[in-house]
Amino acid sequence: MIEKLPMPKWGLNMREGALVAWLVEEGARLEVGDDVAEVETEKINGVVESPAAGVLRRKVAEVGDVVPVGGLLGVLAEPAVGDAELDAFVAEFQATFVPEPEDAEAGPQAETLTTGGRSTRFVRLGDGPQAVVLVHGFGGDLTTWLFNQEALATGRRSVIALDLPGHGGSTKDVGGGSLDELAVAVRQFLDGLGLERPHLVGHSLGGAVAAAVAAGRPLRVASLVLIAPAGLGPEINGAFLDGFVEAESRRELKPVLELLFADPDVVTRQLTEEVLKTKRIDGVDEALRAIAGACFPDGRQAVDVAARLAGLDLPMLAIWGAQDAVVPPAHAAALPAGARVELIENAGHQPQMESPHEVNRLIGEFLESLDD
Amino acid sequence: MARTLTFMQAINEALLQEMRRDPTVVVFGEDVVGGSGAPGEMEAWGGPMGVTKGIYPEFPDRILDTPISESAFIGAAVGAASSGLRPVAELMFVDFMGVCFDQIFNQAAKLRYMFGGKAKVPLVIRTTYGAGIRAAAHHSECLYSLFTHIPGLKVAIPSNPYDAKGLLVRAIRDDDPVVFFENKVLYGLEGDVPEELYAVPFGEAAVVREGGDVTVVAIGRMVETAKEAASVLADEGIDCAIVDPRTTSPLDLETIVESVEETGRLVVADEANPRCSMATDICAQVAQECFDDLKAGPRMVTAPHTPVPFSPVLEDAYIPGPEQIAEAVRATVGAKARR
Repeated sequence: MIEKLPMPKWGLNMREGALVAWLVEEGARLEVGDDVAEVETEKINGVVESPAAGVLRRKVAEVGDVVPVGGLLGVLAEPAVGDAELDAFVAEFQATFVPEPEDAEAGPQAETLTTGGRSTRFVRLGDGPQAVVLVHGFGGDLTTWLFNQEALATGRRSVIALDLPGHGGSTKDVGGGSLDELAVAVRQFLDGLGLERPHLVGHSLGGAVAAAVAAGRPLRVASLVLIAPAGLGPEINGAFLDGFVEAESRRELKPVLELLFADPDVVTRQLTEEVLKTKRIDGVDEALRAIAGACFPDGRQAVDVAARLAGLDLPMLAIWGAQDAVVPPAHAAALPAGARVELIENAGHQPQMESPHEVNRLIGEFLESLDD
Repeated sequence: MARTLTFMQAINEALLQEMRRDPTVVVFGEDVVGGSGAPGEMEAWGGPMGVTKGIYPEFPDRILDTPISESAFIGAAVGAASSGLRPVAELMFVDFMGVCFDQIFNQAAKLRYMFGGKAKVPLVIRTTYGAGIRAAAHHSECLYSLFTHIPGLKVAIPSNPYDAKGLLVRAIRDDDPVVFFENKVLYGLEGDVPEELYAVPFGEAAVVREGGDVTVVAIGRMVETAKEAASVLADEGIDCAIVDPRTTSPLDLETIVESVEETGRLVVADEANPRCSMATDICAQVAQECFDDLKAGPRMVTAPHTPVPFSPVLEDAYIPGPEQIAEAVRATVGAKARR
């Protein structure tokens, strides 16, 4: 059995990536999820994880090569597979592979839904019956789920990533910026899409929002996945929040974004530039200040969802990066006793970006285990 | 949400959206309504290039066709700016700016300073620059270095539609006079532009391309030319960084210096004439700041020291092209190490 190691597709707009480094040698034995190579895209640097178990038999791409999405980086196979068979496999793939054309519409496009007088931008992937809604954190947008949304949108699921009020392509007015105002907006969005009983996945502030939505209508939410959620304890990295709100230039913003990751090299100039582009849009600054002021005044969390979750009979999974420098992993202790808690070693506050394979696997298995 | 607009559409959108947001924003200039000869006022051309199309039907009282007298309407715009409006004056070609230097250099630039900060002049002068449209010496110069030289003026030179909208919004909101340079050849350039209003800060250069071998600082239209050069050079194994200053006053020297510290080599691509220009200014400042980091002498790629020729063949030869930038880059890479 020969397995391809393809150039991954991170986000809707990715067409190609450049191979920055191989992290393993030919002949290395790999498990599913092992780090294999570093790839640079226009938006972000990321690590390609092994899609299968096996031995890395051939490095097809060389460092510096620009490979289209789906193109071959390398091949995995057991030692029993002969060299001739491997070469034939590679040759046939290279002869028949057709990259997605440059000018093709990038598959699914962002949509907009207007509910309660506000418009919400979202992207929907998949059309299965199990609806999963992804809610990003403070200062983020739906591209937070760059490495996750497509992986989660398998056959029986439809996965919807939205922009919270004040963020991304959604209406910038956040009112007072309180957790409950954000939760109302998400609830109206869910109703507007006609989602009867979605699974909610929230990151950071989005975790607190998802929890608030679930607590407000427990029968209309199927389960909760909380990634480094806010709302479970008073501590939060005030320097991150202040720095993020105040930063106006690349030079100011980059070190702040680096606080989000265990490995600061993930933060490229392009990633910083993308975040700045969002921050410059009229109304975003006011929205961020309102939310920070209402939810995280004086570098402390004023939002508390632990008490609201306490009485809920709802399947819950919490995922935390062990090196989270923004919201302490110890806050997981405030979750209800039935919640499953998973800690990811080499990840910071953005495990869904730093260890996407692991996070996707945990969420996938969790959702599989629920019968809806 | 972003969609694709041309450079011209981006400027048009910035004007319209700022006028909707702020009732003190007014537009002055020659033929900016562009009603003459149009089938009706709703179909007015909106300027010789159509950049101001659609403003008159929506804001008939806030856009003014002026007589062909630059000294008069720029003077009027300085007065309007210092007494409560935010005028955006369009001076068709920067080459005509000479007749209103007193209004700009002596009045607009100095009012705030001479009144001890009690006056402000939130004026934008939009103008076009650059050769390439067969319009000869009176309609083709660059001249941004003249304005960069004057304390009290700000100078923006966008190279793409995103920056065109964001820098113009920033210029309109600025309380100081800003001269805003648009290259006629770039008007059709397409790029992603958010629908929402946003302001791109002044004094923050864009790193258009990362690279470790040579820093190419490119001004305005030269950014596109430098990108072409960089892709040719990449095939030769030379990796260029391209820095677009976006504004020359204020100038983000820090980003340029950071890049030169990494590469040790500098090429400045500037379509303007070579003397007392942005190219000489940036080379001099980098030489002063990074002398020990430089592995080769900085090089300038500019037009020659002549007026812009009328002959199409000569005009094409006059404008720096990708091959000249590539040649300069190769020369810095091939230069013998200083030590």
